[in-house]
Amino acid sequence: MSCGLAWRAVLAFGLGAAFALPVLGQKSTADGINQYRALLADGNPAELWEAKGEALWKQKRGPNNASLEACDLGKGPGVAKGAFVELPRFFADTGKVQDLESRLLSCLQTLQGFDAAAIAATPFGRGEQLTLEALVAFVAAESRGLRFKLPQGHAEERKMLEVGRRLFFFRAGPYDFSCASCHGEDGKRIRLQDLPNLTKNPGDGIGFAAWPAYRVSSGELWGMQRRLNDCFRQQRFPYPGYASEVTVALGVYMGVKSEGAASIAPSIKR
Amino acid sequence: MSTRREMLARSAAVAALLAAAGVLPARAQAAWNKAAFEAKKIDDVIKALGLAKPVESAEISFTAPDIAENGAVVPIAASTSLAGVKRIAFLVEKNPTTLAGVFDFTDAVETSVSTRVKMAQTSNVLAVAITGDGKVLFAQKEVKVTLGGCGG
Amino acid sequence: MSDPMRIRAQVQGSGAVVRVLMSHEMETGLRKDAAGATVPAWHITEVVAALNGKTVMTAQWGTAIAKNPFTQFTVKGAKSGDKISISWTDSRGDKRTDEVVVA
Repeated sequence: MSCGLAWRAVLAFGLGAAFALPVLGQKSTADGINQYRALLADGNPAELWEAKGEALWKQKRGPNNASLEACDLGKGPGVAKGAFVELPRFFADTGKVQDLESRLLSCLQTLQGFDAAAIAATPFGRGEQLTLEALVAFVAAESRGLRFKLPQGHAEERKMLEVGRRLFFFRAGPYDFSCASCHGEDGKRIRLQDLPNLTKNPGDGIGFAAWPAYRVSSGELWGMQRRLNDCFRQQRFPYPGYASEVTVALGVYMGVKSEGAASIAPSIKR
Repeated sequence: MSTRREMLARSAAVAALLAAAGVLPARAQAAWNKAAFEAKKIDDVIKALGLAKPVESAEISFTAPDIAENGAVVPIAASTSLAGVKRIAFLVEKNPTTLAGVFDFTDAVETSVSTRVKMAQTSNVLAVAITGDGKVLFAQKEVKVTLGGCGG
Repeated sequence: MSDPMRIRAQVQGSGAVVRVLMSHEMETGLRKDAAGATVPAWHITEVVAALNGKTVMTAQWGTAIAKNPFTQFTVKGAKSGDKISISWTDSRGDKRTDEVVVA
């Protein structure tokens, strides 16, 4: 390195470090993180999944060689717009409360002839799980900006809310964690990650309203199912089944508590 | 939004037609500069690009975040009102290989570009602007890289 | 077979702002997979941007450009209806071109 350049770099770094140390409190770091996220807001790679999802929604696939355009996500067959902010909800044809991914599995099986159980058993990021990632991104994007309003008119929906609430506060695993350990109060954080309080509406585009999301750390699109799976891993719980009742119940609880929050999904995350 | 898929399908079809007709832009650019992309220090990159020693310039506007939540994706942008800038190169000093990318401009575009780079660790990031008559100027900024905590 | 790029070209002032999102792994060649084997480098090496068939910008990229790269630049004098095409070539010799009409 030439002398001139080296001195400039050392001086800049030295001055930067000297000013940074006393000033680097939580507030300025948080501002820095917000600036970073703002710079990434335009050109979210999740858009690549949204485009693929739209194509897969309309493409004839599977043993039945059918598209998903008759799939009912709660607002009528084929209606994707607005469906995301009303899920999870009760579906009469399956007789149960389902979230987006559970419902997509039903449609993949019923309409297209895929084996839902096999897809549920497929690891994230492989095979038909990639199809689900894309579909989840597309369907979520069709509700961008809309506010969550999960229906609670059916007895099953109300039951799942209560189940979800109990699960949220249920302490288990080797560390005796629950969802509430991290997400049960205002103002918590782990290192630089703010932890939203999910027992209430944490604000537009936060928490439940920010998933699915593109995770830059792995360059992958994560649906809520994968996000929950990772939460369980972080708590050292056994992994939940894909689209299992536990995950759907937690989704009902978080979704109902987020009522009124505007969805920004698919968003971009660390 | 309903035209998204149609737009993409049409663009793929158009591209195929253009390729068949031999109308796609002929790439008159230089071959990929292996030596520059394998260099591990700023000086070696500058040498491999055949440039004079860069001079710091306040006329290059260089935008980068103070802190990157994840080094896998760091948004950076450089623009300059200096006359005759033909090329902007982005260097990340502490990366295993320092040169991230080089952008070459014709008169038909503004000398302004944003992109996203990977950073292995906290490092100086440089935008080096090269004019048609060989002047080499740079702006730099230290970007802190942190992995952040769990979740999110 | 690579996935399509997302290209947006919008008139702004006397030119057009072009935003491109490409789908590419951009492997550095330094990463190890779950089995411990090093994943070989695989990345876009060249990018060409053209307005109505004429090259306006080119780029050479290394492994430090992020996965699923996003690039933004401004084409002077581009009008609504003009065609912007973006082409990339990668280290395996794969190529892709996508085109969009300036809005």
